Amino acid sequence: MSDYISHGPALTGPENIGAVVLEVRDLSVDFGVDKKWVPAAVGLNYEVRAGEVLAIVGESGSGKSASSMALLGLLPSNSRVSGSVKLSGKELLGGDASNIRSVRGKDVAVIFQEPMTALNPVYTVGAQIVETVRLHNEVSPGEARERALRMLDLVELPDPEKAFKSYPHQLSGGQRQRAMIAQSLSCDPKLLIADEPTTALDVTVQAEILDLMRNLRNKLDSAIVLITHDMGVVADLADRIAVMRRGLIVETGTADQIFHNPQHPYTQALLAAVPHLGQGGAGSEGEVDVTAALAAATHAELESVDREELARRERENAAALAAAEAARASGEPVLELTDVAIEYPKQGRVPAFRAVEGANLTIYPGQVVGLVGESGSGKTTIGRAAVGLLPVAAGKMHVVGQDISAAKKNGKQLHQVRRHIGMVFQDPSSSLNPRLPIGESIGEPMYLAGVAKGPDLQKRIEALLDQVELPRDYRNRYPHELSGGQKQRVGIARALSLKPKLMVADEPTSALDVSVQAKVLELFQNLQRELGFACLFVTHDLAVVDVLADRICVMQRGRIVEQGTRDQILRSPQEPYTQRLLAAVPLPDPERQRERRELRAQLLATAAE
Amino acid sequence: MATYILKRFLQLIPVFLGATLLVYFLVFSLPGDPIVALFGDKPVNEAVAAQLRAQYHLDQPFWIQYLLYLKGIFTFDLGQDFSGRPIAAVLGEVFPVTARLAVMALIFEAVFGIIFGLIAGLRKGKFFDATVLIASLIVIGIPIFVLGFLLQFTIGVQLGWAKPTVSSAATVQDLILPAIVLGLGSFAYVLRLTRTSVIENMNADYVRTATAKGLSRFRVVRVHILRNSLIPVITFLGADLGALMGGAIVTEGIFNVPGVGNRLYRAVTQGEGPTVVSIVTVLVLIYVVSNLLVDLLYAWLDPRIRYDA
Repeated sequence: MSDYISHGPALTGPENIGAVVLEVRDLSVDFGVDKKWVPAAVGLNYEVRAGEVLAIVGESGSGKSASSMALLGLLPSNSRVSGSVKLSGKELLGGDASNIRSVRGKDVAVIFQEPMTALNPVYTVGAQIVETVRLHNEVSPGEARERALRMLDLVELPDPEKAFKSYPHQLSGGQRQRAMIAQSLSCDPKLLIADEPTTALDVTVQAEILDLMRNLRNKLDSAIVLITHDMGVVADLADRIAVMRRGLIVETGTADQIFHNPQHPYTQALLAAVPHLGQGGAGSEGEVDVTAALAAATHAELESVDREELARRERENAAALAAAEAARASGEPVLELTDVAIEYPKQGRVPAFRAVEGANLTIYPGQVVGLVGESGSGKTTIGRAAVGLLPVAAGKMHVVGQDISAAKKNGKQLHQVRRHIGMVFQDPSSSLNPRLPIGESIGEPMYLAGVAKGPDLQKRIEALLDQVELPRDYRNRYPHELSGGQKQRVGIARALSLKPKLMVADEPTSALDVSVQAKVLELFQNLQRELGFACLFVTHDLAVVDVLADRICVMQRGRIVEQGTRDQILRSPQEPYTQRLLAAVPLPDPERQRERRELRAQLLATAAE
Repeated sequence: MATYILKRFLQLIPVFLGATLLVYFLVFSLPGDPIVALFGDKPVNEAVAAQLRAQYHLDQPFWIQYLLYLKGIFTFDLGQDFSGRPIAAVLGEVFPVTARLAVMALIFEAVFGIIFGLIAGLRKGKFFDATVLIASLIVIGIPIFVLGFLLQFTIGVQLGWAKPTVSSAATVQDLILPAIVLGLGSFAYVLRLTRTSVIENMNADYVRTATAKGLSRFRVVRVHILRNSLIPVITFLGADLGALMGGAIVTEGIFNVPGVGNRLYRAVTQGEGPTVVSIVTVLVLIYVVSNLLVDLLYAWLDPRIRYDA
């Protein structure tokens, strides 16, 4: 693990930045939709120098991806590009197809978002890298193979020989992205375009990939254009930042300028919307300094923070933690898991898979419990079992006072219990029936439960729309007419329709843009306070639970490794895994992020010993 | 992998027993007396009829007949047909002809279906695509015997580009036109399947990656789009080989091909139980084995599919 960490200088200062590699002038991109040109990017101007990382930040639909794909002519055929793109002084736009083709992969390489789909599933990783190498260099297959292996070694894959022979699906998400990066770097590109390179990855893996990219940047002296929506990633890697909104660059500046002195209102709003770890939490005093918390928990010494300052921050933390101890929950638990194991039942030849083991968890009325973990940790499994969608293999599970551990699938008891549970799903688009007007989607649970009918039902639907702050006349609209955030509001309204005692929310905001996510979370928080339902909030995003949760459970590989109040977990994490997880979350603040990085390197070094 | 193949071969045993039993029973249940039918318009000679019944075990109850047939198979004696020829010899005569016909049809539909489907997919919404789509719809819509007679008359008789009928040797040249007729329906399906699959894969992320690597359009299509697009097509083709062999009855009738279809038809109308069962059983086995081959090919094309345990 410790090999992944750079101990060299963390940032390249402006003094060792080289010549201009990419110069973009008046770049505009339009898409032809229904015989009209719809602009995706308008009059962009920027340049990137060798050894520099330019981050283009924006939310979905801002044109950040479209404009960057336009650099290499990778847009679909219904697009139109104008302006000028110069790579080391050579114009890329407007030439014939072979001109741009000779640049692709050789001078300009791209790292895509989702390495699972961006690599061809039917060829080995090695074959795909060799293909790139041999395309641009006159080398024998043997030499190409040598080079591919060197690249796989460069991206710090533990066993390059094995990775070379592996198919993409045989590698983990992080390894796949490393392989993708190896392929991109295989012809020594002058410019690297990284399109959301870490978005599809877990936080700890994301942190590793970011480390790797920082190392490579220092080693290779390529110019990098980093496209992302994540301010934390930007703070970790960028030298300069361009903020895009609705096809325009609204602000450009150095990372320092953008983070500490944003000029444009949109930049300010964007920064404010980023849920950052330690900032949320009702009632608790001030911001949690996670860095200090981690330093205290692990007795780490940091170079980038002086000792007294760190000690002061640690003391503040401890005081706040003590103050937070007072709050205690009471009443009959709404959800109680005692040594629960959950299995995905055997299906044909696939044997049963035990996804959760020995889970203990209690939620009292009105409490929000955040269940955090990385993909495959079993967090969603617990959420599904709480609603009776998965059978309990061992242990006891009580939901709203009833023992459902032995309940029959789709039996009467589960029907009864489910009336008291609301569920919000991750993807609002696929969890609403596209053929039902949203009013009916919201009203269906009440109708089925026989709670309300006719005009009474209509009144209830209107009240629910009011609660989630959607106009009443939206009830006759269909899901595809709504934006992602609005759809998720409908999802919440539906979950609330039976006045549940327990709400299970499975990653309800992870498919949304940050500014939308912030609003949905705020709504959720208000509703929770107002209606007082208990909530099991499943998420991979620590910053989100930090805002919402009273208690946090951290899961790793099917086990709850640590749980406690929000303050206990954030201010005094005890388990190494929790500490690593906290340290991996990038902060939207370049200096704090530097401290965090140093700390993380130390944590990983101790873990490796 | 080896255990998987072995398992699949073991599956052949119940398939074989089930198929023979079922078909034998169906033929047994056919109305009419095959021996009486053999005499045609002539008066039935009871003594001869009884002797024939005894020879073909037709005087025995169903189970005995079936078990005697099975015993014959395991002693490599399939019995005789009503004209007194060993059934094994009959099979050896008709199967090569139909196999030739089916393989030719398969090659025709695979080659042209994939090429046309690929071009149509790459030019989605353009003139070629629209034309080919409509044409394939027409081909699917018209029954095979209409198409057969139509092509036989125009290409075979009027234009004289191919032989309208097949000689008893059934050479490759003789079979060109029948093979096209036989493969025409599946050709339309292969084309449409390839087209859909190509369109889906064209927008895949890895195709964008391949383009971003600097590969030529031709190489992107050949290496990255085509192989991924062929996976569902191969499945269809494999299942189709069995269907082509068994479904050649109409085509063989039109062109008078001395193959499985013609012989099977005659055997069914004459109630020749053992002949029908033997032919059908071989067809079933071909079907099962070609499906196994498809599954293995599938694993080779798509490394994500692994048959362990």
